[in-house]
Amino acid sequence: MSGYVEAARVLRNEQIGADVWIMELYAPKQAKEAQVGQFCNVRVTDGTAPLLRRPISYAGFDSEKGTITLLYRVVGRGTELMTRLEKDDTLDCLGPLGSRFETSRHMLLVGGGVGIAPMLCIASKLKDGEEAQVLLGFRSKSESFWADLFKPYPVKVHITTDDGSLGTKGFPTALMPTLAADNDFSAVLTCGPTPMMKGVAAEAATLGIPCQVSLEERMGCGTGGCLGCGCDGAGGKRYKVCQDGPVFPAEEVFF
Amino acid sequence: MVTPDKDMNNTSTAYPKLAVEFCGIPMKNPIVAASGTFGFGLEYAGYLDLSHDVGAISVKGLTPEPRHGNKGTRIAETASGVLNCIGLENPGAETFVRDTLPVLKTYDVPILANISSADVDGYGYMAETLSVDGIAGFEVNISCPNVKNGGMAFGVQAESAAEVCRMVKAHTDLPVIMKLSPNVTNIVEIAKAVEDAGADGISMINTLLGMAIDVRTRRPILGNLYGGLSGPAVKPVALRLVHQVAQAVSIPIMGMGGIMTGTDAVEFMLAGADIVSVGTATMVDPTAIARIAKEMNEYAEAEKLTHISDIVGGLRI
Repeated sequence: MSGYVEAARVLRNEQIGADVWIMELYAPKQAKEAQVGQFCNVRVTDGTAPLLRRPISYAGFDSEKGTITLLYRVVGRGTELMTRLEKDDTLDCLGPLGSRFETSRHMLLVGGGVGIAPMLCIASKLKDGEEAQVLLGFRSKSESFWADLFKPYPVKVHITTDDGSLGTKGFPTALMPTLAADNDFSAVLTCGPTPMMKGVAAEAATLGIPCQVSLEERMGCGTGGCLGCGCDGAGGKRYKVCQDGPVFPAEEVFF
Repeated sequence: MVTPDKDMNNTSTAYPKLAVEFCGIPMKNPIVAASGTFGFGLEYAGYLDLSHDVGAISVKGLTPEPRHGNKGTRIAETASGVLNCIGLENPGAETFVRDTLPVLKTYDVPILANISSADVDGYGYMAETLSVDGIAGFEVNISCPNVKNGGMAFGVQAESAAEVCRMVKAHTDLPVIMKLSPNVTNIVEIAKAVEDAGADGISMINTLLGMAIDVRTRRPILGNLYGGLSGPAVKPVALRLVHQVAQAVSIPIMGMGGIMTGTDAVEFMLAGADIVSVGTATMVDPTAIARIAKEMNEYAEAEKLTHISDIVGGLRI
């Protein structure tokens, strides 16, 4: 359950979109134990501002090379400081943390925004007997760089844009019925903005496909100690997103 | 309570100069894991050796009934600090005793039950329910800023603070440590009142009431509007308050507020704290308590102290 505190060495830190960066780090302990859907909690300075760690999902990991890959959006001071890191700098990474996606025979991976990162992780880790199709929701074609990240993997990528500038106009849910009719999906796995995930989960329920969601929540510690990320579960249960999640069966957290 | 077997272990601390007794509770070092930042302790068994690295654990605040806590955003970062409005989420005292304590008490570390209630009688119920094998003492929360009737009403007036203290004392033989709020006009008056009411010790400070605003949405960031501020931002205030109270009472003090390093902990002891508590630092680094103990021991060695307690109240003015 517990993660490792590692002084991870930066191997690569590059901007790939308007405000999106990719960072590859040497963090052998967590690379060895990481599972798809899990995250690490990074401390961007050893000072007190910013004070708390930033939770970031693994976009990939390689247990043999001992590397982890993070995709992050620059949203504030903490992530802005991350962009300044250069090759061979170190970043304090705590991980792997949280729950994993349960993978299966034929998955539909639905991602939006930086929530695409864990979908990329799943696509990069397909096991024998597993296949996946990817459904990405963008605001416009300016976000198409996300789709390029899937090119190395044997997955078909479908795209929707809010403005119709690329792929199908609309939200990812618009494509789900057609895709489900043409394929025999065993599961829908999703990560992105909460309204998108709620829509995807509702559509998956209508189509009769089991759905797992990865929740995004402000976290204090990431280790189950502060209850900052507590959320309601079905049947009056209480969950900690950092420890019981971030991945949940959709019906456990959307009801 | 500590079993004879465990007493044997108690003598084998990593840092003999740090072993202390607080309100009659033997601790391997003077660092208590602060309530609300350490879950029920078990969450940290993979990061720390709970039986050796931690002086004591003050568990997440317990109430008579289960609580879900506050809705909406419950945590926000501010300059060198953290605002929280968790709202005392906990499974209730009885569930804790039944499900969590049996596992927790297998570790050789004193457990402090942090208790709150909406009414004075409830504090008596809590003391009775939690005066069981495995609990070493009480930290009585009369200062939670995040819950209406969550205790702070008791903590801001000397007479009601004393009334709660007497109620808990009447229902337990275990040490009773009263946790004081900094959100008061005169903390010394309240400290004296709980001392007179029979408190065995004082812990201070609870969080400072604060708020954070998102200018884009023009809304408060916290779902509960206000929250409690902790972390390095509050340390100077906490130090001053500990110093003031230490001048005025003779019962021992557990000092806390933004301790991130061994040096910070030593500052609190110089100001008059007998032991310290570490909270927000654990949120940043789950192994912080072990590191801070190591740094305190390094200070004791460098200063050629026979024991860390030698510096308590040793501020030169």
